[in-house]
Amino acid sequence: MKSLAYLDHAATTPARPEVIAAITEELATGGNASSLHTVGRAARKVVEESREAVAHALGCGPSEVVFTSGGTESDNLAVKGTWWQRRGGDPKRNRLLIGATEHHAVLDAVEHLVHHEGAIVDWIDVDRSGRSDPSQVRELIERDPDSVALVSLMWANNEVGAIQPVADVASVAHEHGIPMHTDAVQAIGQVPVDFTASGADLLTASAHKFGGPQGVGVLVARRDASLVPLTHGGGQERQLRSGTLNTPGIRGMAVAATLAMQELPQEQEKLAALRDKLIRGALDLGLDIEVTGAHEVGDVTARLAGNAHLRVPGCDGDSLLYLLDAAGIECSTGSACQAGVPQPSHVLLAMGISEDDARGALRLTLGHTSTDADVAAFLAALPAAVDRARRARSASRGGR
Amino acid sequence: MRVVAAMSGGVDSAVAASRMVEAGHEVVGVHLALSQSAATLRESARGCCTIEDAGDARRVADKVGIPFYVWDMAQRFKEDVVEDFVAEYTAGRTPNPCLRCNERIKFAALLDKALALGFDAVATGHYAQIVDGPHGRELHRAVDMAKDQSYVLGVLDADQLARSFFPLGDTTKPRIREEAAARGFSVAKKPDSHDICFIADGDTKGWLTQRLGEQPGEIVDTDGDVVGEHQGAFAYTVGQRRGLGLKVPREDGAKRYVVDVQPRTNTVVVGTEDLLGIDVVVGDHARWCGAEPTGELQVGAQLRAHGEEFAGRAVAEDGRVTVRLDRRARGVAPGQSVVLYDGTRVVGSATITSTGRS
Repeated sequence: MKSLAYLDHAATTPARPEVIAAITEELATGGNASSLHTVGRAARKVVEESREAVAHALGCGPSEVVFTSGGTESDNLAVKGTWWQRRGGDPKRNRLLIGATEHHAVLDAVEHLVHHEGAIVDWIDVDRSGRSDPSQVRELIERDPDSVALVSLMWANNEVGAIQPVADVASVAHEHGIPMHTDAVQAIGQVPVDFTASGADLLTASAHKFGGPQGVGVLVARRDASLVPLTHGGGQERQLRSGTLNTPGIRGMAVAATLAMQELPQEQEKLAALRDKLIRGALDLGLDIEVTGAHEVGDVTARLAGNAHLRVPGCDGDSLLYLLDAAGIECSTGSACQAGVPQPSHVLLAMGISEDDARGALRLTLGHTSTDADVAAFLAALPAAVDRARRARSASRGGR
Repeated sequence: MRVVAAMSGGVDSAVAASRMVEAGHEVVGVHLALSQSAATLRESARGCCTIEDAGDARRVADKVGIPFYVWDMAQRFKEDVVEDFVAEYTAGRTPNPCLRCNERIKFAALLDKALALGFDAVATGHYAQIVDGPHGRELHRAVDMAKDQSYVLGVLDADQLARSFFPLGDTTKPRIREEAAARGFSVAKKPDSHDICFIADGDTKGWLTQRLGEQPGEIVDTDGDVVGEHQGAFAYTVGQRRGLGLKVPREDGAKRYVVDVQPRTNTVVVGTEDLLGIDVVVGDHARWCGAEPTGELQVGAQLRAHGEEFAGRAVAEDGRVTVRLDRRARGVAPGQSVVLYDGTRVVGSATITSTGRS
């Protein structure tokens, strides 16, 4: 089936033409940014200009930009690197305060530290809208402030689009001198992200979520953030991330970041209008569909402008996904798979949604190529898909 | 037709899927995730639902150019196949889980879900043939008798057969491997899966013991004299000779076999080979590939997977079947299925409840 509507921009959003042009040119140029000769210096110049552009887009200083391979590496470096550093200096400092709805790149890094290195984790809860309460973070810290190595709370959730009170939580953490990390992978290009103003010490970004290439990202790290690196080698990126710099990818990311920042106000308005049309349209189909989390028409402060998350009672998400895919609609259930098998979403469960209710989840995410026609195609395909998915569920559940 | 091709990740289902595509059907590949725990059972390289197997199936689907999905049927598989398997052994019977899986998962849960999603049929890589003949849609043995799997499909009824395709039944296994290689499938040389997919190391006795705990009991001879001990009668099968560890030898030195398993008293009975011969087989849970036959039927009866066929006469009544064999068969365990043939055509099947001598 040919694709009629791509509604999975939170998974990856198409690279912009300007980005493709920049990467292509850079690939043809070549050069290792660590080399001292002419072509090496040229590559170094591209990397540093890109660093400045990315810093400008994210509201940080160029020296705070550490280039990585993407969101997962940045999250791992922030969480493990900080925990190793802080705990190494003080064995009592082994506690992590982590958002319950974090991406697996944070969750699984934390699980690793808990299961293999003796870390202790306290989860920061979310309410029915997917948002956390800074006063709970305060309460968790004040139980024993000297034991906390790091607070990590995502800027915006990848499944339900809930925007977290990052600045408030950062200020609570700082009262006790505790560093704060935020995974802003989904936020960039959808809400203003200003690293310095947020007060965070560490911030994760991934290029392909805002129109750049896959396989390149950033960990923004304050100059005084102290981290043990994950990889050792040539000492690139403040000794924090050894390895030859991905110059074409970095240049592509810088172009994408600049465009995303410039276009943010118009983009936000466009995406929110499409999102509202999609959610309203789905709720009006009379299929008992529910929207997950907070949704106010026009709002871009509680929920990402490009995120719609629906729950369809009586359906399995994977059936819906297949039926919509067969009808040319590309979307997601939002939750992680294990070998292709959908697992009930930890995000929805943390929001107090039952396992059964979480099964019929559908995540529709919009981006810079989205149009009215995409939303219309989805709404046109949805009723037949829901009908069949409901029959399939009762068929495969019943015994013979 | 719109067809779900069940893709295990093995060579057979890979070729079956591509043959369906070439026959002009609109095909979607589906890998069934049957293991409850992604982290444990799936680590096996020999089972039929490891992560590698799902990946192999996905690569074949890529190559054939069809959509591919993983459907999670682990809960149904656990309830209908694994728990049934344990319950059968606990009751002193020897089940065939592949047959149960075909009956309740592949041609029930999977087929029903596929139909509800708008598909017309399911295709698998089983070696068997479907023929439109005088009895309607008929199930026949595969041309490759060494690979023939009509026995484990003997539980399918006419409705299920009408919705099934077995595209490999007219070809021998070596030719299927050649075809897979010619199509450039990475799985062309992948070893056949055998044994029971959810018992990764093939140690059924150990697996059952882990589940049910050690239950020490006595091994007795047909006079009731204790000749050994065991750690659970559930682990023994009628006809078994190896691994009995008998302490008291027979005076005449004759080999002894398990001739009966008595779960109620946790007793295993051993006896000489002549006691294993039976020529009457009674089964229940009869399934017919068409209408239930009336009167006495001349049949060929197959009593275990890849076992030989015995000529005989079958009578069906109220979901029960009695088969009188023309000659004696050996070591037929309750719980196994008897599948009845008319020539190469499968007539029906039943689960063996008891055996006897006429």
